Amino acid sequence: MRTLSLFTILTAAFTGTLNTNSSPPPPAKLNVVATTPDLGALARAIGGDQIEVKVLAKPTEDPHFVDPKPSHIVTLNRADVLIEGGAELELGWLPPLMESARNSKIQPGAPGRIVASQGIEMLEIPATFDRSKGDIHSLGNPHFLIDPVRAKQVAAHIAEQLGKVQPASADVFNGNLKSFDAALDAKYAQWQKALEPFKSSKIVTYHKDFVYLADRFNLSVVETLEPKPGIAPSPAHLAEVITAMRNGKARVILVQPYQNRKTAETVARQTSGVVLDTPQQPGAVPGTDTYLQMMDHLIQTIVNGLQENK
Amino acid sequence: MPTTNSYALTFTLGALVLLVTAPLPAQAPRNVARTGSLARQPQGAEPDTTTASGSKTTAASPQGTPPRAPSMYMNIGFSGLMDFGWSSEADVPSLQRGDHDPIVRGFTIPNEELTLDGAVDPYFKGFVNVVYKIDAAGESAFELEEAYILTNSLPANLQIKAGQFFTEFGRQNAQHPHAWAFVDQPLVLNQMFGGDGMRGQGARLSWLAPTSWYTEAMVTLQNSFGETMHSFQSEASSDIHGGVPVEPEVQSGGDLLIAPRIATSFDLTSTQTLVLGVSGAFGPNNSGPSERTSVYGADVYWRWKSATAGQGFPFWSFQSEVISRNYDAAPREAASNPTVTLPQESIKDNGWYAQLLWGVRPRIVAGLRAEGVNGDVTSFTSPLRADRFRLSPNFTMYPSEFSKVRLQYNYDDRKGIGRDHSLWLQFEFILGAHAAHRF
Repeated sequence: MRTLSLFTILTAAFTGTLNTNSSPPPPAKLNVVATTPDLGALARAIGGDQIEVKVLAKPTEDPHFVDPKPSHIVTLNRADVLIEGGAELELGWLPPLMESARNSKIQPGAPGRIVASQGIEMLEIPATFDRSKGDIHSLGNPHFLIDPVRAKQVAAHIAEQLGKVQPASADVFNGNLKSFDAALDAKYAQWQKALEPFKSSKIVTYHKDFVYLADRFNLSVVETLEPKPGIAPSPAHLAEVITAMRNGKARVILVQPYQNRKTAETVARQTSGVVLDTPQQPGAVPGTDTYLQMMDHLIQTIVNGLQENK
Repeated sequence: MPTTNSYALTFTLGALVLLVTAPLPAQAPRNVARTGSLARQPQGAEPDTTTASGSKTTAASPQGTPPRAPSMYMNIGFSGLMDFGWSSEADVPSLQRGDHDPIVRGFTIPNEELTLDGAVDPYFKGFVNVVYKIDAAGESAFELEEAYILTNSLPANLQIKAGQFFTEFGRQNAQHPHAWAFVDQPLVLNQMFGGDGMRGQGARLSWLAPTSWYTEAMVTLQNSFGETMHSFQSEASSDIHGGVPVEPEVQSGGDLLIAPRIATSFDLTSTQTLVLGVSGAFGPNNSGPSERTSVYGADVYWRWKSATAGQGFPFWSFQSEVISRNYDAAPREAASNPTVTLPQESIKDNGWYAQLLWGVRPRIVAGLRAEGVNGDVTSFTSPLRADRFRLSPNFTMYPSEFSKVRLQYNYDDRKGIGRDHSLWLQFEFILGAHAAHRF
């Protein structure tokens, strides 16, 4: 009977694989999967040559809307560690991947599951959950890694968890963390100094994704092109933004590679402003593969933009 | 057809109200667990004391934290579909045969779906889909569409799904109407699996192959009777074979439906993905005591998404399925005339659909679907097996992730009946959790 023979083939395939699985060589490096490139860059800084990092989201795409491709299921199936941003950033695509990944090492609560937002002081936690206010995240704004202080906490969290998963390398992870911290401290001082002259400067962003940076470096986000998070800019709202920018002398609009630059340009033209390309993900611009390079580029772009449009 | 059950509806809605109004446990431990590291500031750098200290208080005090949705231990979502439109065919259900299609000239409430899901414990995830709708006669109807558990920690890359669920045959059969790209069910799925698709009580074993590319093999075992086992021991099987159905029963393992499927996928480039699958469904039918049905299917899905996609746009996608059925019918008493015996025969049907979607820019999708079905000539002529072609251009706008408006035109050509034109407008709203879609 046809049905029986198909079943037999599947069973045979399954048994065959059990046999090949019985003698694999021990993995040389920890397989670490990061949902977004910024988390991947932090993991590389901490894990060094002890880990192999794979990243699911592209640096240029919207991290809220990544395709849950079957190849990601395979990547997650082989992972020893999964680092996610958390705070519902990956809500739209990570759950179905995890359902298919069947990997107990990275299930919630396992040492191999690192939720970056855990322990991070979140901004914009809504007091009420009401979608008439747009697509708000109930756990707060998830775009916190462009704050170097919070990034440092995440790096420490990653080092701690990686050490739990592979205790033999814990000293290496802690050593790498110390170097990373030292380098970040030095850079942070530079960034503060660079942005010091622009204290309380007004900026406009497309989405509510520069809140943590503004908070840390004393910039003031006066408007977003989206009327509400996740809601497309409407002509009426853009008119309000233009008026507010003219009245408030805000002339700098920050956009990421996946946001509608044309909309931002239209607003900029009417306000004698400028659109700044400020990707938050390492690798979105060539030569920014590490977290510090990405932040350097980001801060420098903002400083230049504010300088030229004082 | 689904039974009307206002008790079940009242019960579920009541339970939902209780859940929503129940006091939510504070989520302190999660936030407090790592407060120690919050105090960390870059050494050697001047910490911004104003911001840092001000916000530290918020994070460390549990009472300052509002109740979190995840503390309810499960996601609750509701998707409401409503259709409005007109068709040149006055008997709309004869044209739109899907159970969640628009079925009247005017307004249809085809699918109001309550979804619950969450982790049961460290070993299982649970999913429940309950559908309410208003049927063509204006009566409320209720369906327990799906209720199943999924394992997440079996060894050897195995996974078991068990309960009531859509049979994993091809791509669209297992998708809920909310996830469809068109307002109606593809003709071929209706022809092979009935208006509600193929689903039933059973278990599925799946195995993820240890290959570098995605390959998943699965086998589903389900009861072969019930209204959603259209090609097998459904009581409405006379529509296919014209005879009086014999009493369905599961006497041995051989009477179960067995549905194997293998799917594989490749990333052609970093922005293009291809998924290929072959499926089968084999089981007894009730035209006679020992007759069987075999259904074979092949499916393909291709998708391109821009490397700088915002909100998932722009994209192009192509999806197609081809399904073939061989229904062995026993010598049987004709349902229309007890004095006539229909001969033993093999009833063969084929069908296909192909759909192309273009995500033009954020929140705007244009689609085109072409499809056809045909059945061979047998001793019994069923209108369900008539040759038919349908072409459906449509246009969808998503004001946000949680609502959509869709306009679709159907050009329908039924052999021996004639051509029809229909225009349907669909609106959808989503409350609560929006379950993420599979690829």
